[in-house]
Amino acid sequence: MACNNCKGNATQKELFDKLGAFIDALPTKEGALITVLHKAQGIFGYLPREVQEYIACKLEISLAKVFGVVTFYTYFTMTPKGKYPISVCMGTACYVRGSEAVLEDFKRELGIGVGETSADGMFSIDALRCVGACGLAPVVLVGEKVYGKDAAKKVKEIIAEYKKLG
Amino acid sequence: MSFEKHILICGGTGCLSSNSAEIAESMKAALKEKGLEKKVQVVLTGCFGFCEKGPIVKIMPENTFYVEVKASDAAQIVEEDIIKGNKIEKLLYIDPKTNKTVHEGEKMEFYQKQQRIALRNCGMIDPECIEEAIGANVYMALGKALHEMTPETVVNEIKLSGLRGRGGGGFPTGMKWGFAAKNHADQKYVVCNADEGDPGAFMDRSILEGDPHSIVEAMAICGYAIGASIGLVYIRAEYPLAIKRLEGAIHSAREHGLLGKKILGSKFSFDIEIKYGAGAFVCGEETALIHSMEGDRGEPTSKPPFPAEAGFWGKPTNVNNVETFANIGAILLKGGEWFKKIGTEKSSGTKVFALAGKINNVGLVEVPMGTTLREVIFEIGGGIKNGKKFKAVQTGGPSGGCLTEADLDTPIDFDNLILKGSMMGSGGMIVLDEDNCMPAIAKFYLEFTVDESCGKCTPCRVGNKRLYEILEKVTSGKATMEDLTTLRTLGETIKDTSLCGLGQTAPNPILSTVTKFWDEYVAHIKDKKCPAGVCTALLQYTISPEKCIGCTACARVCPTKAIEGKVKEKHIIIQEKCIKCGACMSACKFGAITRG
Repeated sequence: MACNNCKGNATQKELFDKLGAFIDALPTKEGALITVLHKAQGIFGYLPREVQEYIACKLEISLAKVFGVVTFYTYFTMTPKGKYPISVCMGTACYVRGSEAVLEDFKRELGIGVGETSADGMFSIDALRCVGACGLAPVVLVGEKVYGKDAAKKVKEIIAEYKKLG
Repeated sequence: MSFEKHILICGGTGCLSSNSAEIAESMKAALKEKGLEKKVQVVLTGCFGFCEKGPIVKIMPENTFYVEVKASDAAQIVEEDIIKGNKIEKLLYIDPKTNKTVHEGEKMEFYQKQQRIALRNCGMIDPECIEEAIGANVYMALGKALHEMTPETVVNEIKLSGLRGRGGGGFPTGMKWGFAAKNHADQKYVVCNADEGDPGAFMDRSILEGDPHSIVEAMAICGYAIGASIGLVYIRAEYPLAIKRLEGAIHSAREHGLLGKKILGSKFSFDIEIKYGAGAFVCGEETALIHSMEGDRGEPTSKPPFPAEAGFWGKPTNVNNVETFANIGAILLKGGEWFKKIGTEKSSGTKVFALAGKINNVGLVEVPMGTTLREVIFEIGGGIKNGKKFKAVQTGGPSGGCLTEADLDTPIDFDNLILKGSMMGSGGMIVLDEDNCMPAIAKFYLEFTVDESCGKCTPCRVGNKRLYEILEKVTSGKATMEDLTTLRTLGETIKDTSLCGLGQTAPNPILSTVTKFWDEYVAHIKDKKCPAGVCTALLQYTISPEKCIGCTACARVCPTKAIEGKVKEKHIIIQEKCIKCGACMSACKFGAITRG
């Protein structure tokens, strides 16, 4: 079946080809949807409609099914993340040590909500469910860098640090 | 060639977050500088459990236990300890009760009451090295099962041990294996549930990160016992380190003939594949987990048929959680009879708890069943942080409930916790102090379940949302006493009528707090006050004119410019603008700002 949904530029085409090659190499397409979505999110950074259409087409399933699975799982996202994705741990251990206030501070300082990306594409905010570093509660992740305890509460300083990096 | 000394550095997620990998590198560099790299081995191990004092470094064979180590301490450790044999006082743990330093981990109160079975190799071996695992007797139980036992005797040994599922349900593992063994099919599956979704529980991740080979071994044993040749691990994609170590373990087990065709010269063949979860709490339920592994939305289906009859792709499937599997090797080697003697009559063995919240010693602890909550919280956990008053302990995560002062002497086991209105769950244990508001905690958990509800059945999808709305009214001072009655009746209805475990237990945090902290709920409703000072809608910050000297510190930190006043004049808070963030109160050096 032809998949002609990729109308983007050359780099976009490359990404679609990469995903296509991955799907073609699967031993079976049955039950592979979540595996494919993980790969697709890894390649594109998020799962916009065009990517979902492409996957539906390649796996010979309905777009509704793909969309249903994408929206069911919190790991999959349909909006691109910021250059510096901020994740505030909202696991119970962090919550009882004040992570809600930290999350509110980030939302106020950046003027965006959870799951949103700032207009300049620099920052996005997510609420995570337990990073597993409960000894450092409250925990904030910026990309893969971990800020724990008092360092996590210095919201303005964290944002300034990354603004400086540009 | 053997090493004279070993430096064990915790490489669990908590300690890695505090740069323990960097410590390992600095340590190696420092050893090299002294020409000791061939005499002293540096090992990045799994979690030691004492996360509060991480990163942890242990020197063997002296068994010296260093806490809160930094990369910059590496040179001193090599110089003073490794070469000169002196203990470095400033890195030793100080017992808060005696104020004396403690040299060995085993002598700390944190470890004294613990008994490690599931965590037996965590913090002891290099999880990325199969030789170390084999050296720690991993795969010996598999050899014993394949050569000395029949599948039936393996199932019987597990039945005899009394092991119950550690994922939350507490169903007898041996019986489960027995069911799957009895059902005949051309293909059966062993599934390891590593989709740890309870926020605040991290034992499964720590086991996979610290001792992945024990899980590989136990799955193979289970495959032999029930007649399955394929194992599947369903793991959270958010656990990159656990995935990496598990993949490595599976790979090296294959290379060593411990997975694959005709394992250890027997007729038994078994291999393991990893399936990634994508963040859905409901996938902890076995039928939902199976649908997710098939690439679908993780919605549960009603049982029967149980997975033991018709599971993955309709074939007999046995699902166990990571911690359950972590006990299997030890049971086969030491015998079901040995395991049965540990713990209580109906809950044998040990349980791993992720101890967190307002407690001095946050960490991963493993205690025999029957240990009291008081022992776990006040002895192992070292009591409440900052000398505050204990208020409650929450067990069982979003499915569990709160236990109070009156329940502290309850011996922990599956049945006792249910009797007291909570449950074991996967082992999260969150300690709350006087500064935590119980309706807010109930709301926190309910927000989680509402978010995670798959939406398939109405009681869970609609009912929990209504409960959440009532809790929002409570925490903003808009609820009536009638709402409290509704919380109870609706909660009971949801428990009775939901399709799966998620819905059936979702109201538990509310029901237990309404019963045990009735007065606190009433205070929110009748007095419009939050006694713990948490619910922002019920708070007001005011500046005492007697104490304010007009230093402007508060006005400068206020993010919404809600504080007015000139230098050296009394300041006031404009209540309409105040967002109750508390920044002014922290900034005031004169105690002039009060919250009430």
